[in-house]
Amino acid sequence: MKCDVCTNEATVFLTQIINGQMTTVNLCETCSKAKGVTDEMGFGLAEAFLGAGNTTNVPRNDVLTCPSCGFTSAQLKKIGRMGCPDCYDTFQEGLDQLLSSMHKGTRHLGKIPTRAIADSRRNASMEELKHALQSAIDEERYEEAARIKIEMQALQTPAPQAESQGA
Amino acid sequence: MMRFSTLIKNPADWMRGSGPHSEIVMTSRVRLARNLRDYPFPGFSQEQQRVDLLANVRSVVEALPEMKDGFSDEYVNLSKIRKQVLVERHLISREHAARSTGCGVVVDRKQSISIMINEEDHFRIQGIRAGLNLRSAFALVDQVDTELEQELAYAFSSRFGYLTACPTNLGTGMRASVMLHLPALVLTDQISQVVKAVGKIGLAVRGLYGEGTEALGNLFQISNQHTLGEKESEIIAQIEKVIEGVVRSENMARAKLKEDSPTHLRDQIGRAYAILRHAHILSSKEALNLLSLLRLGADLDIVPDCDRGLLDMLLLEIQPAHLQLQAEKELTPDERDIMRAEITRLRLQSIAPPVNVSHSESPPPTGGSFQETNDE
Ligand SMILES: [Zn+2]
Ligand SMILES: [Zn+2]
Repeated sequence: MKCDVCTNEATVFLTQIINGQMTTVNLCETCSKAKGVTDEMGFGLAEAFLGAGNTTNVPRNDVLTCPSCGFTSAQLKKIGRMGCPDCYDTFQEGLDQLLSSMHKGTRHLGKIPTRAIADSRRNASMEELKHALQSAIDEERYEEAARIKIEMQALQTPAPQAESQGA
Repeated sequence: MMRFSTLIKNPADWMRGSGPHSEIVMTSRVRLARNLRDYPFPGFSQEQQRVDLLANVRSVVEALPEMKDGFSDEYVNLSKIRKQVLVERHLISREHAARSTGCGVVVDRKQSISIMINEEDHFRIQGIRAGLNLRSAFALVDQVDTELEQELAYAFSSRFGYLTACPTNLGTGMRASVMLHLPALVLTDQISQVVKAVGKIGLAVRGLYGEGTEALGNLFQISNQHTLGEKESEIIAQIEKVIEGVVRSENMARAKLKEDSPTHLRDQIGRAYAILRHAHILSSKEALNLLSLLRLGADLDIVPDCDRGLLDMLLLEIQPAHLQLQAEKELTPDERDIMRAEITRLRLQSIAPPVNVSHSESPPPTGGSFQETNDE
């Protein structure tokens, strides 16, 4: 089978279903690399984009920037990869559309890490408690505030081991 | 921990064992992409962040019960050839081998599990099994992943699942791939049909060892492209079903070859054997293609009592980095071809020649036309 781009023998065969239509792409090793089909991405991206820690000379007009890592929507467009886990929040707009073009669905149905879930629940209730504490103080309900503080302390101590056994 | 030389001296567990359909399915591999919550992805981090991450997690990974007495090192300590050897053993990726500072790998004693640190994702956890055995390969990495998760704060979202540098790995972060030896489908020109059919279901097929432009040694790899919106078990069940179909097609093609052109088949296998046993210069391409025929001969009992583990090991030993590791120096391509032939001659000494059918069953034809005889 020949490469769709040049005339070399194809060694990478990719098929995608786009709008219910099957499209097959046959590529040789060289062309697949040129098209970025393989998982190749060298390091030095941060250095190249950020100028070794200097972030001031990146133009910011109209560009969404991840508050956690400084990655921009322009960079995302260019390399098709995220900068950090929080980028998935930052660049949420249009993400579902992108995901549905490359995956079977747009929601995770697989394995769930017990600890990460416990952590996020803990964080969520911590946020709630902080709010409750603030309003309790604001409204001078000090007895309640003290109770909330004890609850927050209890949350901060590590979760019992038993929580991580249900796999 | 284990020394590099000890690791490489031994064949991997999957080379010794056999699994379902192991005459056609060489290996089943599953890899999981995992990241930590509080670090940018490796491709967008500063070198110091990668160095810190490696320093922080390496001991955690080494302490996993599965990794006891395994191999572990940072890439700054590994030569280019050693890293390439790990690539040829399917323990690390080509992309990872190209990196250095802040990168490392931990491999278990049996070479069944490898954990790459700071690949495209912070962790790439890979499990490898002989034959068609994706479930068991998944069980390996699933267990390691669950243990790691107790120690490390993973980046996970209940909506998108495991967060990965590239959205194509999002969700399960799982890539399941099967390496197949499909000589009969290639010889009977059916391979492109099979590739198309497999592609229809959203799986990717690629030739293996295609250094330049070809699928060498009739080796193909089939893997899932989707990682989000399905359970791990569903993805694996689907691939296994597809592979069962490919295995059936290959078996039918083999039966057809044996039935329709037995003499031609014996001729090809006999020639492959003769060249491999006696050549003094063997290019990588020639060796892989001839070894493919020899393996086919073994599968069809044309080459009797052939040790397939020996062929698997030889396939690795004649790869460029393995040759150079053994020579303990860099070799030019010409030098490699000579050394490749030497090792092949040596290893194949113990393999008896193909069965000489016409000699033992019927007298040579007494003139006239050549006809394919049914020599069963
Ligand atoms: Zn091409
Ligand atoms: Zn970010």
